[in-house]
Order: sequence, then structure tokens, then C-alpha cells
Amino acid sequence: MSELRSILVEQVDRLMADGGGVALLRTVEAGEWPAGLWAGLEEQGLNLALVPEEAGGVGLSWGDAAALWQVLGRHGAPAPIAETMLGAALLSAAGIEVPEGPIGLAQGPVPFGRHAARLVVPKGAAVTLHATGQVTPGENIGREPRDAVTPGDRIARGELPNALGPRAALLGLALIRAALIAGALERILALAVDWANTRKQFGRAIGKFQAVQQQLAAMAGEVAAVQVAVQAAARAVDARGLAEAGFEIGCAKVVAGEAATMGAATVHQVFAAIGITEDHELHHFTRRLWAWREEGGTERFWATEIGRDAMARGGANLWPDITARDAQGAD
Amino acid sequence: MRFDLPDAPPRAAELRRELRDFLAEAGRDWTPETRARSWMGFDRDFSRAVGRRGWIGMTWPAAYGGHERSGLERIVVLEEMLAAGAPVGAHWIGDRQSGPLILRLGTEEQRRRILPGIAAGELAFCIGLSEPEAGSDLANLRTKAERVPGGWKLNGRKIWTTFAHKSDYMIALVRTSPVPEGGARHAGLSQFLVDLRLSGISIRPIRDLAGEESFNEVTFDDVVLREDDLLGQEGAGWAQATSELAFERSGPDRYLSSYPALAAGIDALNAAPTPGAEVTIGRMVARLNTLRGMSLSVGGMLERGESPAVEAALVKDAGNVFEQALPEQIRNLIDPADSPQELTRMLAGLAQLAPTFSLRGGTREILRGIIARDLGLR
Repeated sequence: MSELRSILVEQVDRLMADGGGVALLRTVEAGEWPAGLWAGLEEQGLNLALVPEEAGGVGLSWGDAAALWQVLGRHGAPAPIAETMLGAALLSAAGIEVPEGPIGLAQGPVPFGRHAARLVVPKGAAVTLHATGQVTPGENIGREPRDAVTPGDRIARGELPNALGPRAALLGLALIRAALIAGALERILALAVDWANTRKQFGRAIGKFQAVQQQLAAMAGEVAAVQVAVQAAARAVDARGLAEAGFEIGCAKVVAGEAATMGAATVHQVFAAIGITEDHELHHFTRRLWAWREEGGTERFWATEIGRDAMARGGANLWPDITARDAQGAD
Repeated sequence: MRFDLPDAPPRAAELRRELRDFLAEAGRDWTPETRARSWMGFDRDFSRAVGRRGWIGMTWPAAYGGHERSGLERIVVLEEMLAAGAPVGAHWIGDRQSGPLILRLGTEEQRRRILPGIAAGELAFCIGLSEPEAGSDLANLRTKAERVPGGWKLNGRKIWTTFAHKSDYMIALVRTSPVPEGGARHAGLSQFLVDLRLSGISIRPIRDLAGEESFNEVTFDDVVLREDDLLGQEGAGWAQATSELAFERSGPDRYLSSYPALAAGIDALNAAPTPGAEVTIGRMVARLNTLRGMSLSVGGMLERGESPAVEAALVKDAGNVFEQALPEQIRNLIDPADSPQELTRMLAGLAQLAPTFSLRGGTREILRGIIARDLGLR
């Protein structure tokens, strides 16, 4: 990890930890806007993180952004900063000035749509910026706001360049959800290890039992797999642009979705009854994991695309195609 | 735990092209069974041909027959060999662990005597670890070497030693001094470079469930070893034998063992489509690509001189799960009546081989124990 990335990750981690922790997740689930945290995130310039410097942004790489989204996921993503980063990136690429405040991204139900200052509507390679119109509140099983928002007055319209392509919003959202899943899985694995070392049965910590150790070790493998898949996807975006990173992003979302299923099941098994009580912090993360599997394309959606492409290319091309996508070092 | 993806080495694409041309020619007559056996296939002629191309001992100094290329270039070669299902068994162990161990710990004489032969594809190695009473609990091994004038006298028995009956040398881990009173059982072990032609060595192949003879029982009966058959430091055998585990456990041979069945399965499905098959294929391809990233990350760390032992254990465990499930997934997608003979034979071969994937090189249970310890459990 580069030094810049480490510093950013640390800053955002601290900001999120100081911003309210699990208590904040509870208030967000109750419908409140995390105003303090949002102000802190904007103060760091994170909303403009993926906007190029020459357009007045921070000009982070997608690799840096994905690392930040993992931190966000570790804290349960209580604010739509990742979606705002993506929305701003799309607007800026389409030559539209990025507005202030949280951006509602209309790629599926709008995350935190009721709190959005503006609405970004991707439609193929066209991107339009609107005032927010009528809001019909909704939520996913993470009890995160997922609202239906009608576009209000159109403020601007632009075209995405080829490097982003007509599926940029979907691809970006899939990468965001995969990265959030990576972070949340990391968090619940740590919680489960801590619990396994604390909770005693039969006169010893349950983490001393091989049956428990083996489950958590297998989960650690899944957590690592998602992290690598997300890293590979973000690198592919940096190297080739969103439009040409569909394979890696799809891989990341497939692996993330599968790992979310396995990881959530594992930690609940380790925590047993206490983990499914409302007072326990675990469910704020596991419910989000189950929700994030569904957003930005399910495992089935992306696997269908990857599998169809692989089959169309035939068995003899599978390995050459995989290796041909390697990031090239300097000769 | 940390995984950082490396860039591909310079001129990797060119190297891959050379390998694919070579493998297309060399592999014209490989049977489906050969491809299914992957690195459990033993073919000395093939290994010599690979050696002539400079693809064994790639990272070693030229003075020892090596080619002074990077570890990541070496991984390119391994990947292409495995993706093609090449019978690389005759040089695999020498290239992967015996050679590197000799290079790092051997005397100058040992290096000059052995390494050029491995690099040429002439010398085959086997790994003398398991014993009747020492499987996962390796430190329980009983084979011992006692000091005699001018050298050592070796007695005991190794078992499950893959390709001992076809190999030239074994690197054996044996006890050279008793377990100290109340001390660690890992102390007092040493490694020896054992020429398998020495008198007093009897090698009995053990027929496996596929009807093949690939692993063996090796008995040492007063085998006389020279002073300079000791490899590395007397008493440091445990640390030496485990120091290479990150190399042994993280490579592409830990997730690609059944890859040829995926490629063949895709072709079979194209000829006789199964509705919804693309979802399963897509999930497998996503896993394959991700495991490759994990394996390459560890390769990159090793290249930088780091010691990612836990990451390597994790790659092996996750890779074994994948390579064991792959033939079953393909099998579940294709009706036997629609399965071409080539694929049917490959899947039959893999069904009989796959149980070993999560045994060889450290069982699933041992690997997960290592990971659990790193997590802070145990």
C-alpha cells in the first residue's frame, strides 16, 4: 500500500470511528441524517475524491478509493459518501460541474435519496443532473435508506467518455458494494475472533475448540479473497477505465457476494443467540452484508455475464484471456 | 494478513507465447488421464525438454545451471505448464523446493553437484517427511541418523513418499539427537541429501486407489551417508524444512490441479448446452481469477524477500477447495450421455486424484490451524 493510501485510510478510519460507531448506525437506521459525520467527510474533500485535480477535485486513483470504501464498510457505511464520490466522478467525466452536498445516484433505488441535494441519473452514456423531485422512502434489509426519487428540474446533461462507457454507474456501484462487503467482513471476523476468545463454555474459551477455529479460518480465506478481488478490480479500472474493467469488477462482486453469505452465516454460528439480539452490534453489519449482495448486481447477474463471455470464447481461450488482463510492469 | 497484487514481469506475454507454442507441440499426444494428473504426471523426457528450454531452476545463478530470471517469470512458466496439464512431476519438486533449499543451505560442493542436474531436468527429487507415526504430527518422526566415523548411519522408514521409486534423491528430515528432557520435539532434527541408489535403501511402491504406483514406502537399513550429505545445519532441520513452506504452499499448483477440466467442460457445454450453466461457469472463473491474484500476491511478497507463511497457507487452503470442487461442478453440469470421452476420462481421473489435493503439502486441518493461530485463536 502506498504511503498516501495508508494516510488516507488512517484518516478516514479515525473520522468514522469518532463519528459515532454503532450508535450512529442505529440512528441512521432510525431515519436520521448523520450530519456531523457528513460534514467531516466533506471537510476532507472526500466527496470530490474521484474528481480529477484539474476539475477541482482530489484526483485519487480508484485503488485509493476502493481502499477507503473498505474502511467505510468496516464502519457500516453510515453515509452515502461512496455513492457521492461515484456520482461526482460521473458528472465530472461528463463535463458537468459537481454540485455541493450529498449526491443521489439513481442506479436502482437511491441510497439516502431523501437526504440528497441533487440527483444524478445515468442513462447509457448520458448523464443528467437534476434537482430532487418527489421522494418515496424505502429501505433495504440493512435498514439503509433506499428511496424512489423522481427527477426534478434538469440542471445539466453530458456524455460519458468511452473510458467510462454506458455501464459506468452499474460498474462503479458494483465495485463500491464489493469493497464495502470486504470491509464489513473484516469487521465481523474481528468481532467473532474477539468473542471466541472471550466466551467460555465447557470451562474454556470457545475459540480453543478446533471446530470453531476451522470455521473462522475458512472465513478468513473468504475475507482475503474479497480483498484481493476488490484490489484487482480497482487496479483494472485505473489501468483501463471502468468500461474495460467489467470482468474484474464482476469477479469482485461474485466473490464478495459469496463471501458475504458464508461470512455472515459463520459469525452468527460463532456468536449463537446473543448475535441475533437487537442490542448486539453484529446485525448492523450482517444485515448490510445481505443487502449489499443485492445491490450493483447479484452474484448470479455477474456470474452469468462472466460465464457467458467465457463460453463464447471457448475453453482454449479461457486461460490466455485471463493472463492477457494482467497489469503490465515497466519493461 | 496482507495481499498486494504485483505487476506482471517484463516480457511476460512473450514468455507465455513461447511456452504455449512449446506445450502445443509437446502435448499433442497427452491423454486426458495425463492432463488430469497434472503435476502428478512423471515424464523424464518431457522434463529434459523443459530443462533445455531453460524453464527449470529459472531463478538460480548461472553458475549452478540456473537462468537468473525473476520469481514472477518462473510463476509464468508454472502457470502455463499447469493450465496445459503438462506432466511436470519429474522436475516439479526439485524446482519448487529441493533445489531452492540446496541453493540456500547447501555447501558449494552440494550446489555444484546437484543443481545443474535439476535445472537440466535430469535429477528428480522426492520429499522425505511423512512416516508411519508422523503425518500431520511431523515432529513425531522416528527415522534417525547416528554419527559414525566419516559420516552418518541412517535407519528408519519414510512413507507416502511421492515418486521415491522414480527419483534420484530424497531430502529427508530425520532425528540426529534425542528429544531433550522436557524440551521441544522440533529440536534435534536434521536434513540429509540421500542418494536413493545407496545400499540399504529399499523402496516399495504402494498402489493407490487409481491402481497407480506413485507413492512409496522407503526403508533405510544401516544406510551409510557421508559427512557432506548433511544439508544445512545439524539440528536445524525443522526450521529448514518449514522455511520453504511459503514457496511450497502458495504456487499455482495449489489451485490449478484440475484446471484442464474447466476448459474441457466449457467446450463440452458449448457442444451440448445445459440451461443456466453459464452461472456456474462464471462463478468458477471469478474464483479462478481471484485465487490467481492471491497466489501472485504471495509470489510478489516472496520475490521481495518477505516471509508470507500464513498468506501461503491461506492460498493453499482456498485453492484446494476450488480445485477439488471444480471437477464436481463440471460433472453436475453435463449429462454423462452428452459428455465427450475426453472429458469423461479427465473427470474420472480427477475424481480419483482430488482427495489428495487437501492432503499433500499440509492438510486442510493443519492449514486452518495455522490461519486460526494468526487470527489470534488457539
